[in-house]
Amino acid sequence: MLSDLSGWAITAVAVLGVLSVAAGVAVFVVDSMARATFALLASFLAVAGVLLALDLVYLAVVTALMMTIEMAIMAVFMIMFMMNPAGLMPMTMVHNAKGSAAVGAGVFVLLAVGIWTIDWPTTNPVRPDDSTRQLGEAIMGSHMLVMLVIGIGLFTTILAGTVLATSRGRYDRLGPGLDAEHPDDPVPGGLRR
Amino acid sequence: MTAELVLQIVLTVAAGLIGVGLFGALSQQTIVMVMMGLELVLNGVLLAGGAAWYFLAPELPDAQMLVVVALVVMAVEMAMGFAVTVAFYRARQLDMIDMASDLRG
Repeated sequence: MLSDLSGWAITAVAVLGVLSVAAGVAVFVVDSMARATFALLASFLAVAGVLLALDLVYLAVVTALMMTIEMAIMAVFMIMFMMNPAGLMPMTMVHNAKGSAAVGAGVFVLLAVGIWTIDWPTTNPVRPDDSTRQLGEAIMGSHMLVMLVIGIGLFTTILAGTVLATSRGRYDRLGPGLDAEHPDDPVPGGLRR
Repeated sequence: MTAELVLQIVLTVAAGLIGVGLFGALSQQTIVMVMMGLELVLNGVLLAGGAAWYFLAPELPDAQMLVVVALVVMAVEMAMGFAVTVAFYRARQLDMIDMASDLRG
């Protein structure tokens, strides 16, 4: 069956697909951490463009917006933690590069063999009028359990992030057994003082 | 161009992203670069999920839900990864995973 994508859409998918992989490779090739972050952003935006060409307007916009903000935050962390944020000198910080390359290439070949040998059932798909409405109705109806689990997962992440970000927890205040007579606080006051 | 051929091309691109991301996640030494590798793998999952919805089952919302779940996994991975990085750095002033190899399970 012929694809119902227009010629322009197929061209866009092909160009953006190549761009996404090229930007993905650039992440691990460039010398600067800031450049690596923006290469990753380019890869995400290319994938968002492909999703847009595939009629997934809402998911494409969410991907583009979320990843732009995420990479902006990531760039800040990169510059905070990395020894070579500006790319002023050559930099490779890798271990077991050959083994990793073999695993990456092996997984790609395995997936590609599967992709090109399977007889895909692409005949006569029935398209919804609006993919966003379809997703919204699924979230609020048949697939609500997925959203419930996602909500709990995100809430757990907030709690865990706060716990990890706290510089002094209750074990620092009250000892490993939580049985100190007085909490070890830098500033007096508070509970059990 | 047949729909099957376009689907196979898009899925091959997704497989390429997954392969590159896996290489990065396994080979990089700094924690933030490992996270970038994992994000690339999830980027491939996004692309494959979108292609599966459009070409295989657009009448069902399941592939779209998969993309939503992958996006959430990305956000959670990012938040927890940075929280762990900050906690590591605060405790030991380290930013390389090799320096924390004593935490191996």
